[in-house]
Amino acid sequence: MEKILNLPLDEKTVRELKVGETVYLNGIFFTARDEAHMHALEYAKEGKKIPYDFKGAAIYHCGPIMAKDGEKWRAVAAGPTTSTRMNSLEPEFIEKFKVSAIIGKGGMSKPTVDAMQKFGCVYLAITGGAAVLAAKGIKEVLGVEWYELGMPEALWVLVGEKFGPLTVAIDAHGNSLYADVEKEVEKNIPKAKEILKI
Amino acid sequence: MIDETLVKNTIIELLKDSSTKLPLDVKNALEKAYEIEEGPAKAQLEAIIKNIKMAEDSSTPLCQDTGVHIFFVKIGDVGNPKLEKRLPSIIIDGVREATKSVPLRPNAVHPLTRKNPGDNVGDYMPYVNYTPIDADYIEITAMPKGAGSENMSRVAMLNPSDGLKGIKKFALDTVVGAGSKPCPPTIIGLGIGGSADISIKLAKMALLRPIDQRHTDPAVATLEKELFEAFNALGIGVMGLGGKTTVLGVNAELGYCHTASLPVAINVQCWAGRRATARIYRDGRVEHLTYKR
Repeated sequence: MEKILNLPLDEKTVRELKVGETVYLNGIFFTARDEAHMHALEYAKEGKKIPYDFKGAAIYHCGPIMAKDGEKWRAVAAGPTTSTRMNSLEPEFIEKFKVSAIIGKGGMSKPTVDAMQKFGCVYLAITGGAAVLAAKGIKEVLGVEWYELGMPEALWVLVGEKFGPLTVAIDAHGNSLYADVEKEVEKNIPKAKEILKI
Repeated sequence: MIDETLVKNTIIELLKDSSTKLPLDVKNALEKAYEIEEGPAKAQLEAIIKNIKMAEDSSTPLCQDTGVHIFFVKIGDVGNPKLEKRLPSIIIDGVREATKSVPLRPNAVHPLTRKNPGDNVGDYMPYVNYTPIDADYIEITAMPKGAGSENMSRVAMLNPSDGLKGIKKFALDTVVGAGSKPCPPTIIGLGIGGSADISIKLAKMALLRPIDQRHTDPAVATLEKELFEAFNALGIGVMGLGGKTTVLGVNAELGYCHTASLPVAINVQCWAGRRATARIYRDGRVEHLTYKR
């Protein structure tokens, strides 16, 4: 069954999600990579208000290719970037801004999984490199903030219409598909060594 | 005679081709993987294959990370000595124009200030490898390299006594360490020998060879096959969500090294193994080798 989530998300909806489920998103969400994460956290430290309220929001680890048709931006290609680069920033980001979903690829480390469990947030995996498919689910680009950080690093404000498919890969109960696979890989290493005769 | 505009336009075509399409060997490997996978891995591969088709049909970059621009240029004698000297600036102009026209994402930034000039051009970027050859053409290969996979690349200066076992162990550790991060199923470029810099260049050059083509040296070919089998036994799978396919291919290149050295390097390539090659002949004829016209 296709599950469509409407943004922003409330805690109850987030807590109901379980790893392995497939979901789609409708509504406003934001891109943020390394620079935008650092920028927002600096704002918070200085007591400055960020341009949008992230409470219940979905943050997409994505540096899109955008094209301008007249005054209006359009998403050309918008697949995910590697989420682990944001590992050191994400727990604080989730706590400070009360975001409800992180969208990306490759998964995130234990401190982020713990923060997701504590504050009610999920990690939604989207296929890496499938940028045209992802852009298809972006109905509109509402605007851009911090464009001086460069096109990939800026904060893009997007409107999703059945944005996905997204796999719930880390849920708000401490479960992570990536951690499960890592355990499996550990078990398989001897098999690989046997093939290599090492 | 070859003129500058012809060369620049060919570069723009190569950048467009390499960012919007995938070579046949890579597409075949992805389809083969789709056949044998099930569950989440199959679903991920389905999205990948669907995306490739959509990108091709709409001439849109298949991944938003259109990479930084690395070129391999073989320069023959095309009867225009001035062109050879002008080639670096022609390539730069080609990258600038393609960034706007394809469009490509402006990825190149100053490494310390992180300032983005917006045109994919800066010191040593694009990076061009030149090789003089005895031929009546210039052969240009465009290799856009995304950061997700590039960030997982490693080089090690092993001791000669570490030998083949040491190389295999380093390769295994690198692929296990990369895990879900570089957009698996990946293509592993392995560079053996040379010096530190040469080994990493060999690893990158290995990625220019089709993945269904084994090295001509039987010892290297055996190593490629063993590593391929071992990596796929790990179960990292598609996008790190598990499965039978962790790598689509393992290509190695080898170069002689100092008797006291054993450098080994891995250049990781995501499933989007992008490359495009064209030859421009002395008479002005352009032959596209990767994507025929």
